[in-house]
Amino acid sequence: MSETFLPKIPIGHWADLLVQFITNHFEGFFGYIAAGIQSFVDSLVWLFAFMTPIVFILLLAAIAFWRRGIGVALFTLIGLILIYDLGYWGHAMQTFALVVTSVVLSIIIGLPLGILSGINKTFHRVLTPILDFMQTMPSFVYLIPAIFLFGTGMPPGVVATIVFAMPPTIRMTGLGIRQVPSDLIEASDAFGSTTWQKLFKVQIPIATPTIMAGVNQSIMLSLSMVVVASLVGAPGLGADVYLAVTSLRTDIGVEAGLAIVIIAIMLDRISQNTRNKKTGGS
Amino acid sequence: MKKIEVKKATKIFGKNPRRGLELLKKGLNKKEIKKKTDLNVGVSEASFHVEANEIFVIMGLSGSGKSTLVRLLNRLINPTSGTILIDGEDITRMNAEHLREVRRKKISMVFQGFALFPHRTILENTFFGLEIQGVDKKEQIERAHYSLSRVGLKGYEDSYPNQLSGGMQQRVGLARALASDTDILLMDEAFSALDPLIRREMQDQLLDLQSDMKKTIVFITHDLDEALRIGDRIALMRDGQIVQIGTPEEILMNPANDYVEHFVEDVDLSKVITAGHIMTRAEAVGNDRGARVALKLMNDNDISSIFVVDRSKKLLGVADADDAAAAIKAETPLSEIIKNVKSVQVNTHLSDLFDDISKSPLPLAVVDEQDRLLGLVRRGAIINALAGNTPLTKETEVQNL
Repeated sequence: MSETFLPKIPIGHWADLLVQFITNHFEGFFGYIAAGIQSFVDSLVWLFAFMTPIVFILLLAAIAFWRRGIGVALFTLIGLILIYDLGYWGHAMQTFALVVTSVVLSIIIGLPLGILSGINKTFHRVLTPILDFMQTMPSFVYLIPAIFLFGTGMPPGVVATIVFAMPPTIRMTGLGIRQVPSDLIEASDAFGSTTWQKLFKVQIPIATPTIMAGVNQSIMLSLSMVVVASLVGAPGLGADVYLAVTSLRTDIGVEAGLAIVIIAIMLDRISQNTRNKKTGGS
Repeated sequence: MKKIEVKKATKIFGKNPRRGLELLKKGLNKKEIKKKTDLNVGVSEASFHVEANEIFVIMGLSGSGKSTLVRLLNRLINPTSGTILIDGEDITRMNAEHLREVRRKKISMVFQGFALFPHRTILENTFFGLEIQGVDKKEQIERAHYSLSRVGLKGYEDSYPNQLSGGMQQRVGLARALASDTDILLMDEAFSALDPLIRREMQDQLLDLQSDMKKTIVFITHDLDEALRIGDRIALMRDGQIVQIGTPEEILMNPANDYVEHFVEDVDLSKVITAGHIMTRAEAVGNDRGARVALKLMNDNDISSIFVVDRSKKLLGVADADDAAAAIKAETPLSEIIKNVKSVQVNTHLSDLFDDISKSPLPLAVVDEQDRLLGLVRRGAIINALAGNTPLTKETEVQNL
């Protein structure tokens, strides 16, 4: 880069130092996290394999029927059978395990953060730019420190996915909590609720539809990350797409891509906000 | 007994509200302080007390500070200064736990927008306060059922709030407040969101409930008619200050200043003045006195008919001069010539008298709850009262037999 009137501010160097510092001092800690993520994903993959494709397909179709009715159930049934037929079952289950792990962790971390940001204005103000950063920084960029900290394979893939996919859950949870009508908060206070009673009996139940919309978005964003995650060695359908791109194989690309789309639509429909008609409105 | 006592309660909104207190002490008003600083005076040195078992109405236009004032009473809003005693205990100095206890056991509240929880059924809404208190589940349900039956909502337990009309929703709001069985009930514009007919119905129901519950009710409203109808005493607010406190009659008859006067000049008098206010002395004769006495009384008083009462002054009817003269000739007792007469209760509003008076050729008899004759109302008196020659201050004459 050409000389400017300012000396270059070494942001990149600082980031490098920071990651090195963390790697040197907290390697063990991140090692444990990586191992934890790995074993969680492994047990999911084992569980799916144990269920056998038939049971898995019927189970998901049943869930789809319970949540949304016959249409989504049929789509799930046919879609999953197609994935099985194309020969991508094993990879699909790995992708599924990756997505489930990322979403579960997103919820476990994101829900409390979201609730806190919904209640505490200062925390909300601090958190918002961080969430903006997480969502807009190109996802490839944080793959680099992820490799340093978590090695290669599933764990860095899951972590990168969480970083990208968690913000909607946090944002929508906060939004849902903030949107609880102030007279309901007053009513709950006027009857002598403690902070926890107010949270669990009023704020969270009323915010649930909004929170679910956030979780739904997190699921979709997780799926959009599977190809990126494959760059750090996460196995699954993403790796197939990556392979197809690098070896110019249209057939594999289309088939694996189609499988991802099927899983995405299926999870979206199942997790979509099916607002209970009875309790809607006020 | 003073259930609630408020001494110089002030609430100033904005950063550093203490600055505002100084300015208030210097005698500046809400507008001047707003101009000088960015502070907003919500309530300015309000002092009043509420007796046990009375309905105390705080009334004012929007922005007068009445909703802020009622929230100071259960500290949904923290006062900037002043003391607020609930049963002698200063709520402004309580710690969080003590405050919760007071909110659970002593004060419940009904809100303008109902504030029902949309995710809970009517029954679950009703026992919310009890659930918060940790009352045994069975008792919660029992008390909620009882409370709902009191407001006439039996059968709606499993509905959700949005399935009910506005009036019914506010009944749930009332039932929820009653379920906690607190002595004090705060009602913040509780009926303002309802249409006039339903509002009237709710006011009646509240008065009904109050007649056997004997709660201490602080009722906020911007509607003077409502205030006059249900309030035992009324506090009028303007710009955060209480400008007058008094019974409905005192406020109407002796407005403290131009503001109050302006406020009350549009009042529909027919809904304030009662038969008792405009009745005049009624001539009556005991039915054991005979037709001769009756006729003499009529002649002496230059009237053509007279009310007949029994020994306990209970109204029996009316006898006219022609019949009395005939009865004297035929030697029949007075009781044989008594004709029915239209009577009204002493607390009937003028608006409810119009129909009766237009149909009756005779003046209306005014009676108390035991049907004892108190006086009579003539057409002229009604017209006179509506013309603004309000007889409210005049001592009402009661018939003395």
